[in-house]
Amino acid sequence: MSEPLRFHFDVDGSNFTSAGEASIQIKQKLRQLGFAPDIIKRVAISMYEGEINMVIHAGGGTADVYVLPETIKIVLEDHGPGIADVELAMQEGFSTAPDSVRSLGFGAGMGLPNMKRYTDNMIIETELGKGTKITMTVNVPRQ
Amino acid sequence: MAEYKHSVALDIEKCKGCTTCLKRCPTEAIRIRNGHAEINSMRCIDCGECIRLCPYKAKKAISDKLDSIKNYKYKIALPPPSLYGQFDGLEDVDYVLQGLLDIGFDDVFEVARAAELVSGYTRHFLNNPGIKKPVISSACPVIVRLISLRFPFLCENVMPLLPPMEIAGMLAKKQAMEKHPELKESDIATCFISPCPAKVSYVKNNFSQTTYVDCIVSMNEVFFPLLAAMKKIKNPQPVSRSGIIGISWASTGGEASAIFNDKYLAADGIENVMKVLDNIDNGSFPELEFIELNACHGGCVGGVLTVENPYIAKARLQTLRRYLPVSQNWNYNKDKDNKYVPDDYKIPNELQYCPVSQLAENTNEAIKKMADIQKVLERLPGIDCGSCGSPNCQAFAYDVVKGEADENECIVKMRERIKELLAEEKEREKTESVGGQKTE
Repeated sequence: MSEPLRFHFDVDGSNFTSAGEASIQIKQKLRQLGFAPDIIKRVAISMYEGEINMVIHAGGGTADVYVLPETIKIVLEDHGPGIADVELAMQEGFSTAPDSVRSLGFGAGMGLPNMKRYTDNMIIETELGKGTKITMTVNVPRQ
Repeated sequence: MAEYKHSVALDIEKCKGCTTCLKRCPTEAIRIRNGHAEINSMRCIDCGECIRLCPYKAKKAISDKLDSIKNYKYKIALPPPSLYGQFDGLEDVDYVLQGLLDIGFDDVFEVARAAELVSGYTRHFLNNPGIKKPVISSACPVIVRLISLRFPFLCENVMPLLPPMEIAGMLAKKQAMEKHPELKESDIATCFISPCPAKVSYVKNNFSQTTYVDCIVSMNEVFFPLLAAMKKIKNPQPVSRSGIIGISWASTGGEASAIFNDKYLAADGIENVMKVLDNIDNGSFPELEFIELNACHGGCVGGVLTVENPYIAKARLQTLRRYLPVSQNWNYNKDKDNKYVPDDYKIPNELQYCPVSQLAENTNEAIKKMADIQKVLERLPGIDCGSCGSPNCQAFAYDVVKGEADENECIVKMRERIKELLAEEKEREKTESVGGQKTE
């Protein structure tokens, strides 16, 4: 298979209530494509966490999903503040989310760790003041 | 799986091919082809939304006629609590029950009684360690089917307990055989008075493997003969044994509040329900024990086969249940195992996921098709007008790639083509007339 199927989403940073919508759409697409339920779940959860992160910390960004029969790649890109200490950010329970968001039940410090847990590979490229790009891949086992 | 028997059907004569149902069908199961609506039976969940909306009354619910059980020796009516909310100024449930006996039933068994037992065993079920939470109610057949078609990971969350309608049928038959030992099981017919077409589908398609309901009639068909019979009654027999819990099942929140635990959610309206399910599926939910979902606004009182406005019916039920005991059917016994659920209350098989929207068997091919859909979609206007007969441009692109529709059917594109042709025509006339002058 040469060219991957690409889905592009703009994640609106000003509208917290719409956070997570891209992930729901991707879930529907993957279902139509006939991926196994556990693959769909892993993609949907890691994408959901990433989307929420972009809305909370970076004022939104873009999400691109590239689908091939053997792998699904999710690229999340924002022009937010960047991550100061990636190692610290990867620790479960560490969070810099504001109280306003925590009161809604977000900001538990599980976003990035969950994204790593549910994907086979995760690369974080970040620069302070410039933004963050996260590339995640989920491998599809041969049936 | 055997072919699915739907209880929503179309009267082609009456259908004008308008886009009302097309655009509002929650599962995009409808297309307008050859001037009238067509329902895709794989996708339809029998929610009844199209029956509710059709301005020409072309959508109908299929149900049994009362006559269909006239040859049985012993006929038992199974009235659900939503039926009690249909009557203005009703002081006591007994008037309804006596009315049912007067229109020809030999016995009555209230579904509200069974609902109280289901509530009791739901509380027991929730005490079991290791079950997947939140537990989702299995009472609304639309929800059960929706989950089986779209939510593979939530199939396990659906409570493996029979709905009150089935339990009522089971207990009614048992009770009849105890009261009348001369009766054989084949002499008895139970008849549920349904507020919705989905319950009909539940029984006709054996959602719970075996069914204890032999006949399902529509509530709005029974309403008028019943009303006439009720007007004649002076003093009904005091036979009702419903409590507050049983009657409350008729509207949203009734079932959920009966788990006696504040960790529950109750939602109604198919569009709200789908959002809730998407959220649970994503794990973005507070910790909950129990989820009650009803396809109809207001709960069963909002069923499309009811007579009264759901909110009025609900208000009436509040009056009706006011001086009733909390429950008249559940025996709370402290010594008994509080996790116990009897086997005959359980649905024998776990809910199976059966996807419908898959583009192709093979992922490679599906990806190719999806890419084609995207290409078609880019050429479409994106105004989701529905004139092509598909509910929106996305669905139309899907239909084009599947070979079920022709891209040229898009009215907006057609208009553009006509404009182009007209411009070409004008241009041609111009040059022809200029050319004509020259030759003169």
